[in-house]
Amino acid sequence: MKQGMLNWTRRGVLAAGVAMTMALGATMPAGAQTPPGVLIVGQIAEPKALDPAAVTAVNDFRILMNVYDGLVRYKSGTLEVEPALAESWEISEDGSVYTFKLREGVTFHDGSDFNAEAVKFNFDRMLNEDHPFHDTGPFPLAFFFSAVESTEVVDDYTVKFTLNGPYAPFLSNLAYPTGLIVSPAAVEQHGADFGRNPSGTGPFKFAEWRSNEAVVVEKNADYWDGAPSLEAVVFRPITDANTRTAEMLAGGIDVMVEVPPVALSEFQGDTFEVLEQAGPHVWFLILNAKEGPFADKKVRQAANYAINKSALVDNVLEGTADVAAGPTPPAFAWAYNESLEPYPYDPDKAKALLAEAGAEGAELTFYVTEGGSGMLDPIAMGTAIQADLEAVGFDVKIETYEWNTFLGQVNPGLEGKADMAEMAWMTNDPDTLPYLALRTDAWPDKGGFNSGYYSNPEVDTLLEEARVATDQDKRAELYKQMQTIVQDDAPWVFVANWKQNAVMSDRVEGFTLEPSFFLLLDDVVKN
Amino acid sequence: MTGYILKRLISAIPVLFGITVIVFLIMAMIPGDPATAILGSYATPENVEKLNRDLGLDQPLVARYFIWLGNMLQGDFGRSFALNRPVLDEVLDRFSATLILAGTSFVLCAVFGIAAGVVSAARQYGFADKAITFAVLLGISIPSFFLGMMMILIFAVNLKWLPVSGMYAIYGGGDLPDLFWHLLMPALALAVVATGVVARLSRSAMLEVLRQDFIRTARAKGVNERRVVWRHALKAAMVSIIPVLGIQAGFVLSGAVYIEMVFQWPGVGRMLVDAILKRDILLVQGGVVFVAACYVLFNIAVDVAQSLLDPRIKT
Repeated sequence: MKQGMLNWTRRGVLAAGVAMTMALGATMPAGAQTPPGVLIVGQIAEPKALDPAAVTAVNDFRILMNVYDGLVRYKSGTLEVEPALAESWEISEDGSVYTFKLREGVTFHDGSDFNAEAVKFNFDRMLNEDHPFHDTGPFPLAFFFSAVESTEVVDDYTVKFTLNGPYAPFLSNLAYPTGLIVSPAAVEQHGADFGRNPSGTGPFKFAEWRSNEAVVVEKNADYWDGAPSLEAVVFRPITDANTRTAEMLAGGIDVMVEVPPVALSEFQGDTFEVLEQAGPHVWFLILNAKEGPFADKKVRQAANYAINKSALVDNVLEGTADVAAGPTPPAFAWAYNESLEPYPYDPDKAKALLAEAGAEGAELTFYVTEGGSGMLDPIAMGTAIQADLEAVGFDVKIETYEWNTFLGQVNPGLEGKADMAEMAWMTNDPDTLPYLALRTDAWPDKGGFNSGYYSNPEVDTLLEEARVATDQDKRAELYKQMQTIVQDDAPWVFVANWKQNAVMSDRVEGFTLEPSFFLLLDDVVKN
Repeated sequence: MTGYILKRLISAIPVLFGITVIVFLIMAMIPGDPATAILGSYATPENVEKLNRDLGLDQPLVARYFIWLGNMLQGDFGRSFALNRPVLDEVLDRFSATLILAGTSFVLCAVFGIAAGVVSAARQYGFADKAITFAVLLGISIPSFFLGMMMILIFAVNLKWLPVSGMYAIYGGGDLPDLFWHLLMPALALAVVATGVVARLSRSAMLEVLRQDFIRTARAKGVNERRVVWRHALKAAMVSIIPVLGIQAGFVLSGAVYIEMVFQWPGVGRMLVDAILKRDILLVQGGVVFVAACYVLFNIAVDVAQSLLDPRIKT
């Protein structure tokens, strides 16, 4: 009897196990095949909100650009502005009044009309502290539009922005996600929860947000610019890069962004395609020009000659970046000075310059971060840079900080703390980075990001002039001059321009990467 | 018994209070603030100050602590800066995912750990004992996240038997079998170390009991050996195994962090890691207090279970 009971148990367990396996086996996902017409995108993180005025991360922009439109947008493949929700615009003689003629007959996903009142609502909500829905913020990037003094409704489909002076980057700031237009009716309905109940005019409308699993958007069949062919897009946050790679290899996602350089070799072969696109990104070292060895221009130039940038981009970054020549990334084609050549790798010249400056054996404190937006592989890069600098006779001490702590150390200025620091920026206009980080008036005590205290009155004048010039050719000329001077002054070591990458499966067609680093999916097909 | 439980619950209050103070101070002391984290490269001192003011972080530390504590006592854990969502909603969502994962692992480690320990002890120095001891040593030595990654590589990427990550299929799915397939790898990876520990300690607890007089008496009375081991000895050994299980429950709960990262399980551990990196103060504080409260309650439950099982333990 006792023996029998045990036998029953063993047999029972076996039978139950088999039954369970069969029952579950019937529903087991066959090779994690994703359905046609539904694009599954592997993102790097959970979005903060789907309210364009409230977010700052490229990761969130990738979703937003498919749900909303701005008054203007970047022409495909460029960083030049073209009409979107605005059909045309006029700029006053002095460059301080912009009048937009809006597209008629466009409706938000919630059914309300897009018109001049809606545009005014958007900018007032962000900029006017007395606006009834200003408390749906905070709006961390509202300063992109700090030049806006007033937004006026001229008629139903005409809206006028009055700026506090001429401000040339205004149009490209409007093309940035912070300028995307949200539905006033939806904001009024959801208040602080609008970020989870978004409504725009874009090619896809919001369907569902399952926390930490997926954001689902569905085709907007009435899209004014032609309905997309995809039925739906699913954005999955997969923070761990190895897991993201594994999902792509296993077929659980169709498109993966920000492929780690070391994983690129996994995607050779016919089933995958790797895409690359240079963008408005620059990775550099801020040099402390106020005190210490880098106060001498020769020493700053020596650092530029001493660092083997080709080795950094080819070996450390596995070819996912190009060597940077100056402060402006080549992606701003119209404003980029083609005649600039990167500082060549020339340790002998670096040593000679150091000897001339009498700075041999100079001790340097080097701030390195552990990671962070656009920072690529900062520890490996920092270590390689340290080795290069020591090879020409510097004595470099690295201090490593976690990203937020790092920003807290670097942004208030390097004075009294360090001689150099890693930094990277992604911007939307050639004005942004130099204006915020190279002018004398942008020293940290004046609220800017010039943490290395570079100062050259000529550069200051060029940047101020470029900002108020409304003619793009004139602006381009000024930026090109600025780049030549800054390259020679070497306030930074210009290191790399990142090329954004993505992998797509062979079932996806029509997917391209934009120089803006946005992800635009209205022309994508999935078989 | 009710009095004992009540006494234990009251004694938990100062513990929880201490936790609120510690987690609050840690979040106040670590460098970097939420505004810097949100603004990233655009964090000028001016922007940081304005945003911190908008987030209500410009008030003195003591005031902030008591506002937070007061709100929490009324059930309001505040709103997460980084997720733009009430903290409590997020914590409850994520904690239930962690409970499913850690609960499954706990059951696995209890069942297999105790069974392995008992078999090992009953066949001391036999083949089964040696094999189990070897397997246990191996299991204890493999870091769970490494095991997890290897499992993904083998079973998901190469064999394509199981999904790589997540809790439910992204499109369709959402039912129980779907959950089972997603749970299989993470739960096993998480259970391995704990199973080893439970097996080891169950083995020694059993060995000790098997040497005692009442076992000899039972055997002398002619009780079937299987019954001696599984009924008489195991019941007595449970008194020392249960506290081990209590500790392992804490272990799988905290070990879930790594597994949640590797398998993108939407649990509370991953939530806390993300929140710390984003300096999402209220979410970290609320999450830690919530998890700590659950852990304290669980410990009380273990002690109560032990005293029920062994009348010698005073209530």
